Amino acid sequence: MAELDTSGGGGKKGGKVRSKKASTRVDLTAMVDLMFLLITFFMLTTTLAKPQAMDLAMPDKDEKNEDQFDVADTRTMTVLLGDKNKLEWYIGLVDKPLSAPTVDGYGKNGIRKAILEKSKEIKASTGKNIIVLIKASDKANYKNLVDILDEMKITNTESYAIVDISAPEIELLKRDGIY
Amino acid sequence: MPRVKVPRKSTHIDMTAMCDVAALLLTFFILTATARQPEPLPVDTPSSTVQIKQPTTDIATITVGEGKVFFGVAGQTVRARLLELMGERYKVGFTPEEKERFSLIESFGVPIGNVKQLIAMGGADRMKPGAQPGIPVDSVGANASELYEWIRNARIATKEINNTAMRVSIKGDSEEEYPTIKKVIDILQAQEVNKFSLITSMEGRD
Repeated sequence: MAELDTSGGGGKKGGKVRSKKASTRVDLTAMVDLMFLLITFFMLTTTLAKPQAMDLAMPDKDEKNEDQFDVADTRTMTVLLGDKNKLEWYIGLVDKPLSAPTVDGYGKNGIRKAILEKSKEIKASTGKNIIVLIKASDKANYKNLVDILDEMKITNTESYAIVDISAPEIELLKRDGIY
Repeated sequence: MPRVKVPRKSTHIDMTAMCDVAALLLTFFILTATARQPEPLPVDTPSSTVQIKQPTTDIATITVGEGKVFFGVAGQTVRARLLELMGERYKVGFTPEEKERFSLIESFGVPIGNVKQLIAMGGADRMKPGAQPGIPVDSVGANASELYEWIRNARIATKEINNTAMRVSIKGDSEEEYPTIKKVIDILQAQEVNKFSLITSMEGRD
């Protein structure tokens, strides 16, 4: 063990005063113990990952003026969020969709593929960007909403809005068994 | 036969390197540490690929989970002023001591009538699950809902004290049903807060 030399240096009668050569090694075990205790404490009490904030802008609600511009149904994709982590999308209007409503899942092979494909098609045929309307049903959960907004970010869809769902669309979800 | 003598070695290990590593780690954790605040309503936030960090000042957080809504605003002076404004609005008198205690509560979820009771509670009791029933989000007759008033007055208080616009963020549980979230969004939109953020945790892009 590397104790500090506490015996008074030399002091023998007469002769040269020769201090004893003490070892310079200090026992660090206790110090290491203490440090790991502190590390454990800090690890358990900290939040390393700060939460991420996803910005969301909603359209102004109670606008009195009725000069809302018509959205061309040829470039509108409507995404209905249903039950069981499923969604359904179609292009155009609900009573005469330009592409048949399709039940799809979230993620890479689900809605993302559809959005990318359709936005390319719409860009080619109309020269304008796709507009996505997100309509969440009462059976959808919050995660679904965040997921679909995340897909908007990933696919670089600039025009999208969260809109209230209408009765015919709920019927559509019911028909396909995801409501 | 002569025995083979094994020289006795010291069992002592050099701790210097281990001590260095420990010190390095410790320094790292101390410098990156922000103490975790205990939350009265723990929620499991959904993940997204968004990389923007949430600001820590001039922000109000609406926590939604289990059908309950909790509210919290950043800044102690803002919170004290908020309680004062809410007291005026609902004709409840709060003593300076109560304001002081309230300013230390990060997030809460009780109807206005129970705020006094909440302030009197100890920190540990407050954190018990079920101790706080959530802020009412439904409007009563012509009166706006309590959550509406909390948000509105928090915005006023933040503007008065920090002279900046307050940002609103919604922290929802993944499994929370959409209608509850919708109600909160409607309350925000009713006071023309059309831009807010949703708090998510990080996720890799696949």
